[in-house]
Amino acid sequence: MTDTKPTPTPVPDSTEARYPSPQLWDRIEGARRRAGRVRDTVITQAHGGGGKAMRDLIDDVIRSAFDNPNLQIQEDQARFSLAEMALHGDRLAFTTDGYVVSPLFFPGGDIGKLAVNGTINDLAVSGARPLYLSCSLILEEGLPMDTLREILASMGQAARQAGVQIVTGDTKVVPRGAADKIFISTAGIGVIPASQQIAAHQLQPNDAILINGYLGDHGAAILIARGELQLETTIESDCAPLHGLIAALLDAKITPRAMRDLTRGGLAATLNEIAQASNLHIAIDATKIPIRTEVQGFCEILGFDPVHLANEGKLALAVPAEQAQTALAVMRAHPLGQHAAIIGSCRPEPKGIVTLQNGFGGERILAMLVGEQLPRIC
Amino acid sequence: MKYVDEFRDPATGQQLLQQIARQVRELGRDAQHPLKIMEVCGGHTHTLFKFGIESMLPEGIEMVHGPGCPVCVLPVGCVDDAIAIATQPNVIFTTYGDTLRVPGSQKSLLQCKAEGADIRTVYSPSDALALARQSPDRDVVFFGIGFETTAPSAALTLLQAHEEGLSNFFLFSTHITIIPTLQALLDDPLLQIDGFIGPGHVTMVIGVEPYLALCEAHHKPIVISGFEPLDLLQSLVMLLEQFQTGRCTVENQYKRVVQNSGNRIAQQALEKVFLPRERFEWRGLGSIPNSGLQIRPEYAHLDAEKRFLLPSRSVPDPKACQCGEVLKGAIKPWQCKVFGTACTPETPIGACMVSSEGACAAYYNYGRLATTRTLPQERP
Repeated sequence: MTDTKPTPTPVPDSTEARYPSPQLWDRIEGARRRAGRVRDTVITQAHGGGGKAMRDLIDDVIRSAFDNPNLQIQEDQARFSLAEMALHGDRLAFTTDGYVVSPLFFPGGDIGKLAVNGTINDLAVSGARPLYLSCSLILEEGLPMDTLREILASMGQAARQAGVQIVTGDTKVVPRGAADKIFISTAGIGVIPASQQIAAHQLQPNDAILINGYLGDHGAAILIARGELQLETTIESDCAPLHGLIAALLDAKITPRAMRDLTRGGLAATLNEIAQASNLHIAIDATKIPIRTEVQGFCEILGFDPVHLANEGKLALAVPAEQAQTALAVMRAHPLGQHAAIIGSCRPEPKGIVTLQNGFGGERILAMLVGEQLPRIC
Repeated sequence: MKYVDEFRDPATGQQLLQQIARQVRELGRDAQHPLKIMEVCGGHTHTLFKFGIESMLPEGIEMVHGPGCPVCVLPVGCVDDAIAIATQPNVIFTTYGDTLRVPGSQKSLLQCKAEGADIRTVYSPSDALALARQSPDRDVVFFGIGFETTAPSAALTLLQAHEEGLSNFFLFSTHITIIPTLQALLDDPLLQIDGFIGPGHVTMVIGVEPYLALCEAHHKPIVISGFEPLDLLQSLVMLLEQFQTGRCTVENQYKRVVQNSGNRIAQQALEKVFLPRERFEWRGLGSIPNSGLQIRPEYAHLDAEKRFLLPSRSVPDPKACQCGEVLKGAIKPWQCKVFGTACTPETPIGACMVSSEGACAAYYNYGRLATTRTLPQERP
């Protein structure tokens, strides 16, 4: 309890009352310049207004979560040394991606971790070493400050674990209802080693197709986390940065012809993109595709197919047939590739399609989904 | 996975396939004179394509994909009615996910949702009922679609709402029934079908008896089948045995689920809530008498057709569409004039292209493999 008893106002010195002491102005100026503490419990439009509230948000909530030397220069742009980047290779890889996942937190990850790892993976599948990310935040008025702090801490942690720096960013606040809590957009820059020429059109007949583990964990985890299905499972998102696994492959002198990470649209979409770009036939053996029993069961109940479910820590790559076993061994020795498998191979005909040989002996075309995967009613 | 893998065992599958090949040979059927067998249910079509079973069957069997995909046969007029309800100001319109893309005369429910209607995907009618309890100031409408498989749960939910005295839950029934539909198919002179693989889940509700009269009157054998690959292959073996021995009857392969008498509780719920409609318009098959289910007058207060003003217009199928002939086995999907040109899964014109279980959509996605193999190679 505070003492509510009135205290007598001290009689001021006559000169001080008329002219405030210079120390007072110094104190005020100091306070104005000092990085402020954000005490608000929710995001308000003031946090996007360009004034002190926004600066405090950036200093206290954002910059502190991403802490790195590049952020300390506090200019309108990040600056890098070309000479230093050129040590890693001869070309830049540059990519951008937006993250709008709902719910924000789900088993195995959150929107922040996703925003870092997703962009890292888009860089890494070119063979690039990911170096720098940007982070643009669109915040809905009313977003709890603690939620924002938690998401940013997760981004900072994911970036540190992956050895990349978040070096520039932007923050906008939109009125309630104009966005769903938080949208994150990240762009990334990496450097591609001179020796790597990975591209979908490089695929050759007889190449082996590999993936690094269980399919569909992310898609299933998100659908279940939305709570509409009233299913309880232990499925966690596979959200993870893949550049370490890819570096291990490249270090082992594997020369991937084509490599893509498997995100929305799943394995089916990615393989179709590769088959069309190379105008070759990709033949997949369904019995070789690693799928968790829980995910298989989830799909059986809802009429989904795991090959269409989203992933956030999986890649498909094509390597020359003679490298297939080495590539498999390297992947299996890495924590993100323990369940890696050779799932198929590439043939000259029929051009531009993906087929799936199922365990039953039949073969069918594996097509891309037209729209979203919707549960069948019967 | 337990209770699934047992019914997908490749070794048993191969044995059954060899047996089918032997039977077809003994029946003297070949590519020129195939036995035409219709699987009525969309679930069976899905299994055939998912497991590539068609490519493994001998050429003397031709599978004709029937009208048993309720999403596919949902008529344009019903979609327009659904949209008319969903766009009312105070309505939450709930539906199974796969009806969202079905085209109406102007747009689909998915487009309607994008334009601002409160349309929500549910996984059962009881989800819609729960929503009605939670939102007493909104009208919650459930879009009842499907054969006797889904109709009982809609009926039981309506009865539950009635018992609770809810005044903001409504059922929009476009439910349909299998027997009048088969009757209409069999009465059609265009029909070229030798026998039927009957729908397992519908029969789980209605039982085996309702098929007996049809089978006798038209001399077409029927085997009620489960949905796993071994179920379908075993059902084909049973059907071929009927041809070999000259029998013509209704047999039940799906005994682990289907009782001959069906499910009495479900039947009673259907009886209590629904009445047959005089006529119901099908996409692809036209108007079929007694094939639709409407809500009985006792429950008019829960009937969306009574609560909302509906256009209820009958919109005929586009002239170019030959879905009817495809569904009757008179032509193959790729023989339709608009297949793959004006009619594609992205912009479907007819029933068979609407859902992934429709015959044309399945051929569009998966058929290329079969045709590339049988057609001579193009010259470079």
